[in-house]
Amino acid sequence: MKLKSLLIAATALTMSVPAAFAEDMTIVSWGGAYSASQNNAYHKPYMAMHPDVNIINDESSNEAVAKLRAMNEAGNVTWDVVDVVASDAIRLCDEGLAVEINADEELAPAPDGTPASEDFGDLLVSECFIPQIVYSTTFGYRTDMVGDTPPTDVCAVFDTEKYPGKRSLEKRPINNVEWALLCDGVAKEDIYDVLSTPEGVDQALAKLATIKDDVIWWSAGAETPQLLADGEVVMGSTYNGRLFSVIEEQKQPVAMLWDAQVFDLDGWIIPAGLPEDRLKRAMDYIYFATDTQRLADQAKYISYGPARKSSAPLVGKHADLGIDMAPHMPTDPENAKNTFLYNYEWWADNRDDLDAKFQAWLAQ
Amino acid sequence: MTDTAHTSPVLTTQDGVPLKVSIARATRRQKFRAFLLVSPLLLFILITFTAPIVDMLYRSVENDIVSETLPETVVALEGWDESSGEIPGENVFAALSRDLAIAAEEKTHTRLGSRLNYENPGMSSLFRKTGRRVGRMDEGNYTEQFIDIDADWGAPKTWQVIKQFSSPITAGYFLAAVDAERTPEDGLQFKPSDERIYLFLFWRTLLLSVTITAMCILLGYPIAFLLSNLPMRTSNLLMILVLLPFWTSLLVRTSAWKVLLQQQGVINDTLVWIGLVGDDSRLQLINNQTGTVIAMTHILLPFMILPLFSVMKTISPTYMRAAKSMGASDWYAFWRVYFPQTVPGIGAGSILVFILSIGYYITPELVGGTSGIFISNRIAYHISSSLNWGLAAALGVILLTVVLVLYWLYDKIVGIDNVKLG
Repeated sequence: MKLKSLLIAATALTMSVPAAFAEDMTIVSWGGAYSASQNNAYHKPYMAMHPDVNIINDESSNEAVAKLRAMNEAGNVTWDVVDVVASDAIRLCDEGLAVEINADEELAPAPDGTPASEDFGDLLVSECFIPQIVYSTTFGYRTDMVGDTPPTDVCAVFDTEKYPGKRSLEKRPINNVEWALLCDGVAKEDIYDVLSTPEGVDQALAKLATIKDDVIWWSAGAETPQLLADGEVVMGSTYNGRLFSVIEEQKQPVAMLWDAQVFDLDGWIIPAGLPEDRLKRAMDYIYFATDTQRLADQAKYISYGPARKSSAPLVGKHADLGIDMAPHMPTDPENAKNTFLYNYEWWADNRDDLDAKFQAWLAQ
Repeated sequence: MTDTAHTSPVLTTQDGVPLKVSIARATRRQKFRAFLLVSPLLLFILITFTAPIVDMLYRSVENDIVSETLPETVVALEGWDESSGEIPGENVFAALSRDLAIAAEEKTHTRLGSRLNYENPGMSSLFRKTGRRVGRMDEGNYTEQFIDIDADWGAPKTWQVIKQFSSPITAGYFLAAVDAERTPEDGLQFKPSDERIYLFLFWRTLLLSVTITAMCILLGYPIAFLLSNLPMRTSNLLMILVLLPFWTSLLVRTSAWKVLLQQQGVINDTLVWIGLVGDDSRLQLINNQTGTVIAMTHILLPFMILPLFSVMKTISPTYMRAAKSMGASDWYAFWRVYFPQTVPGIGAGSILVFILSIGYYITPELVGGTSGIFISNRIAYHISSSLNWGLAAALGVILLTVVLVLYWLYDKIVGIDNVKLG
């Protein structure tokens, strides 16, 4: 008898649980400190406001484009909102794998009523893309390995006499060829014109060839911070937020070199082919997660600049360390004296071609 | 019995049915039952393994996107001579405007743009740009309107590419996979030397795989010999030492090699400490071919030791004793009596190690730097990064063919019956 009633109670309990459970919404992002910052700034408050939604984090952003294409072909899209870099958003939009979004109608205006399209401004680089942060790819160096004259110029990367030792660069042409030309005397505004010619590509590779033997090529953002911490390299490129955590959170003898940092964007897309109810929920989440206050909140946890102009004045202190975050933002005027804006259109056209040349050059 | 067999030309059962038919009938049920038993597994493999692979490999030639997105243009282009050096006539441009208007509405034009961009850089933005404005075109004089949108429409090259890739099946991906391309005159040529990479990578993959296999034989043979000749208690203990790394996660082992081999790593630190190398000339052991060979030899070593061990276990020690009693030296007895009996084990181990290493991906990616990466790293790049799945499929087909050809060669030279796993 006792067992029977226990069983009945257990069955009743399991039957009633699904009703109490919220519906799952899968949000895809990069993992690590970045996902944690989104969790604190967006997911937790959103779930508090909507107890019927349960957000699941998926850390697949680095292969999001390939996976979304496969899901689309299989006709079963399991992701609701996806965090990608701008160039991936452009490709997803080109392939019809992401939903087009009308910023003014579907995103929150700034607190003073400025429509979203003006608040984001030029950063809306694709019809499908809602920018979230501005990040930069820049250099960090070991303060104990550069002597009394720490580098202030990006061309220090190419100066192996003054700064001997290995450097780490990303294993792809993007950013590297631009820096190479810049340090080979090409003016900033002419770089993409020069790169459009075969001679320009040769020039960039020739400049990179001068340090080829001193380079460790990375493919994951975490590699340079690790190499710097181990003292394997004297300087290396990576995302500024990663360097922030090496310097401020792990207190390694590393410093930032903000010169010629390359701005890039990261943000949300919504996959095409979602059923009506999930699409509506995803749009509702996006409306909330990209408003002025939420974008400013994220900067409490990670040193990436909010994409809205109206968020900048609201950036405060780091949630745990209590230090002012503004001076660590790539967009801070002190850091952004000499910046480089990555040309999405040019790379969308030339990426495959230049990558083949670059990989052939690497393999030689 | 023998009498009846001689008198009648066909063996029959008692009721006059030919024996062959009767046996077939009797075993049919049995065969059917056996088939039913394996059918779930067969079906499972067909659906989840064979079909997706065939589908993926078919992408290496599939190309119906052009004729599906631009049906009228493709038909109209048939009348155009691509070697004339001139752009096609107004009728083609008119057809293009109709095709693109539909494509832009369905948003398939950008997809076509990224497909054609693999063949001719610039096509991606050309289609994106044109798609935005094609809806607002005026009636008539399309040639001028298109060239007005982008001067590339006035370049014969653009049209050559569209015409060349308008058929539903293409060899383009396979050509790209062997560093070749089509000339405008429909001939074939190698790509400029600064863009060739795949043949070289195939070659390097083969070479490094052979090196790794040889290293595994060199290191694995003595261990297997030791294991098979020690008393059970000790050999079991040693066997665990072989199997323990085998059971450890691949990523953990690879990362451990990173810690050991890097310039500020354990091995270099030790060498500097005992004074074998100077502090400023630390050895470069990782992020190059050396790193790949070391890490992969370690990871694949159990696949060599285990088959060798099980073959050596079956070799009776009396053969060696007999050889020595007849006056053979240790070396002579080993080389002429023992070693030939272990060849099937070497064969099995070599096939395992070689085929595993030729398709290896994660270890070369992590420790190979630029000079130690394999063709599989490029395949992965095209699947997940550049999204050129056609090229990835073509490279995959070639790799699969190479493995099958090598397997066939191995069968011809060594003989596949001469392989033993125990």
